[in-house]
Amino acid sequence: MKIIILGAGQVGGTVAESLVSEQNDITVVDTDPARLRALQDRLDLRTVTGSAAHPSVLTEAGIEDADLLIAVTQSDETNLVACKLAARMFNVPRRIARIRATDLLDDPRVLGPDGFDVDLSICPEQVLTDYIVKLVEFPEALQVLDFAGGKVSLVAVRAYQGGPMVGRPVKEIRNHIPNIDTRIVAMFRRDGAVLPDGDTVIEDGDEVFCLAASDDIRQVMKELRRMDQPVQRVMIAGGGNIGMRLARALENAYSVRVIEHNKRRCEGLAAKLNRALVLNGDATDEELLEQENIAQMDLFVAVTNDDENNIMSCLLAKRMGARRVVALINRRSYVDLLQSGQIDIAISPAQATIGKLLAHVRRGDVVAVHSLRRGAAEALEAVVHGDRDSCRVTGRRVDEIELPAGATIGAVVRGSQVLMAHHDTRIEAEDHVIVFVTDKKTLPRVEKLFQVGARFL
Amino acid sequence: MRLAAVLNVLSLVLLLFAASMLVPLAFSLGFRDGASPAYGKAMGITLLAAALLWGATHRAGRELQVRDGFLLVALVWTVLPAFATLPLLLQLPALSFTDAYFEAVSGLTASGATVLSGLDRLPPSLNIWRGFMIWLGGMGVIVLAVAILPLLGVGGSQLFKAETPTPMKDTKLTPRIAETAKGLWLVYFALTVACGLAYRWAGMSWLDAVMHAFTTMGLGGFSTHDASFAHWNSPRIEAVAIVFMLIAAINFATHFLAWHRRSLRPYRVDPEAKAFLGVALVSVLGVAVYLTWDGTYADFGTALRFAAFNVVSIATTTGYASTDYNLWPIFAPLWMLFLCSFASCSGSTGSGMKMIRAQILFKQVFRELLRIIHPRVYNPVKLGGQTVENNVVFAVLAYVFVYVSCIIVFTLLLTLGGADVVTAFSAAVASINNTGPGLAQVGPAATYAVLTDFQTWICSFAMLLGRLELFTLLVVITPAFWRK
Repeated sequence: MKIIILGAGQVGGTVAESLVSEQNDITVVDTDPARLRALQDRLDLRTVTGSAAHPSVLTEAGIEDADLLIAVTQSDETNLVACKLAARMFNVPRRIARIRATDLLDDPRVLGPDGFDVDLSICPEQVLTDYIVKLVEFPEALQVLDFAGGKVSLVAVRAYQGGPMVGRPVKEIRNHIPNIDTRIVAMFRRDGAVLPDGDTVIEDGDEVFCLAASDDIRQVMKELRRMDQPVQRVMIAGGGNIGMRLARALENAYSVRVIEHNKRRCEGLAAKLNRALVLNGDATDEELLEQENIAQMDLFVAVTNDDENNIMSCLLAKRMGARRVVALINRRSYVDLLQSGQIDIAISPAQATIGKLLAHVRRGDVVAVHSLRRGAAEALEAVVHGDRDSCRVTGRRVDEIELPAGATIGAVVRGSQVLMAHHDTRIEAEDHVIVFVTDKKTLPRVEKLFQVGARFL
Repeated sequence: MRLAAVLNVLSLVLLLFAASMLVPLAFSLGFRDGASPAYGKAMGITLLAAALLWGATHRAGRELQVRDGFLLVALVWTVLPAFATLPLLLQLPALSFTDAYFEAVSGLTASGATVLSGLDRLPPSLNIWRGFMIWLGGMGVIVLAVAILPLLGVGGSQLFKAETPTPMKDTKLTPRIAETAKGLWLVYFALTVACGLAYRWAGMSWLDAVMHAFTTMGLGGFSTHDASFAHWNSPRIEAVAIVFMLIAAINFATHFLAWHRRSLRPYRVDPEAKAFLGVALVSVLGVAVYLTWDGTYADFGTALRFAAFNVVSIATTTGYASTDYNLWPIFAPLWMLFLCSFASCSGSTGSGMKMIRAQILFKQVFRELLRIIHPRVYNPVKLGGQTVENNVVFAVLAYVFVYVSCIIVFTLLLTLGGADVVTAFSAAVASINNTGPGLAQVGPAATYAVLTDFQTWICSFAMLLGRLELFTLLVVITPAFWRK
């Protein structure tokens, strides 16, 4: 597939990186040659320097025969114009734009075919905010992902001594919670994946991925660890784009404090927030944290745009008594370094946000793709089409499907019904199937399974 | 400072004011009450004065600057009452100029305090004139002038700034000031017509309905009867009055927006209107419970009826009475006087320090308290989801300080003139808030005629000061204002 990526920033770079490895022709456009050079040194792709909204630059990037345009520059307006140009002048079949301003999303006419002709809009800040809000709602979870419009959730929990299931084999979960249908789809033990079968014993410290209907996930987590007190007080370090969205999402249900060092930014925050407390100061300032009762905080979230700052303030907050700390960390090496150490959860924004985008690049009818374990594993939701002859999934029992090693079918959503997949579950057309893939290399084979054969189209 | 230009505009306003005397003249001729020569003479004198003033200043041009606007407003509000006394003086030879000026100021500032008794026996047209003054004053003669006289469009923006009282004056409704004034005036006019029809429906005579529609929408409390609303003793009339008093005490810009957009949303998002209606409701119920508990009224229903009418009347700075609430236990009338100093919304025809200032002040207090607990907190005062700038907060603080000082000074001056303390205090509060009746000697069953000339002038000045939101008038008195 020929893909053009506009913008070589944080998001653009990560998107390029994850697409390069999947055998696509990628061209990246940016105004900053230094950024492009850095990208080109690392990855096998083409770069073009210039404004992403200029037709000449787009032509140079080969937009005429591009299959997909991903406009992820810093500016909403540039992204919009690029999409419109791509649609009207160059007939690019699919266009994805990063849109931050919610104003533009309110009315469908803005992005519709008569407007700027954007097929899919993504807002990384919003995705991250949703991610963190989930962590506030489920303080025991490492990650919570929704599938099938929120009907099914995949939750990552670290098993701790004290949970009834710890030290027991997987199959016993059915005896523990007989009225809840759940499935343990994967386990990670000391950074290695364990493919669980019924006899695998859950050990203390395992990272367990369970699929269950969204209403049941609290019950499931209860089996794996002792439950914490629900979160009441949240402190957010950094009142930037993410910090503000987060504070707005949380301020009505929780007691929220936002620390921001820029005074001008504080004004903006205070104007937008109604109940959250805006504090002017540095999140690594011990005195300020003390003053604001850091020891009473149930959750400390560091979301400034500086990795080191986030890490340091989280370490400090943890030492001073915050119950749980979450840091936003861009550099992947840092993330691997810190997860499960002093910092409870390290979030890599790039990995968290590109899932939605990647879904559009997949073959087959893939609705959602989520990166798990910082990209080592993926969970995807695909819609099954065709019939027994045209598709290798439709009409078959789960154990008849030739899944590659490391891939498991976790759940099936049929209409409003959620079915946990067992070996004899039969898959029908229009089902949403949630597949868990521990080895990313096998992804293309999984996608191919869900494609409807060409002769039947 | 261009005094000549200001006087030139003043002469035009005066011209318009002379024309407004056609209203009572028409009524006088219609009712054949024999007062028409008085209006004729009064109009003649006013026209002559306007012409002389215009002749002396027409060369100066009419372009006003911000400062000139303040002077013009101050002059209009002091000079117009002087001419407004003419029909009163000519018709009632026994009336002194001091008392006539007080009555005219009371009318044009929409206060409703009166020195006249035997209202039922006055010529009907004279009562209409008193009511019409309130109606004119209510929305501001200047706003009317801006709407009608396009020539004021030049300095119109500045005028409007001085005239329309609200701490946040910059929220414009339409791009052009003249359009805004026209819109506001239209809403005002429409509501007045509705109010008059409602009164007629409720059982008033046409004359009473018109007069009371004027004084209700202007939130001044002049009545055609000495007994005020007790004259009818009709719950239906009182209910109509309550509804329209509440309407008139809400920002007319909000009414305008609601009418313009054909939706009730502007009321829902107006933080002032919500607070005002909430305070009014709680006070009515509270006073009704108090009066029942105290035994003033035997049953809660009667207590509620009287509490609703009188509390709303005083809280909105109208000044009607349906009973002599001076006889109620002192807590109730004091609470009503307290309400009138802040309950009505900015941009309404009500007076006092306005709900918006009370809200800002209240929030500022909590802001300071929060700052003690969280020294690094950044928490601006917010109203209706909007941040209130610090300089606005400071201006409000200064305003309230001056406001309280004025009440103290006026109370002291009135006691200096020989009044007892309840009379002095209530007269000072009622005057500066343009409410009308006070307590004790100037209570709802009495009139301000008992005051000495000195006290009457103090009250006249207090009414002007309150109507012009203190600073508009005070700034003209400062030496810096006159320095070149």
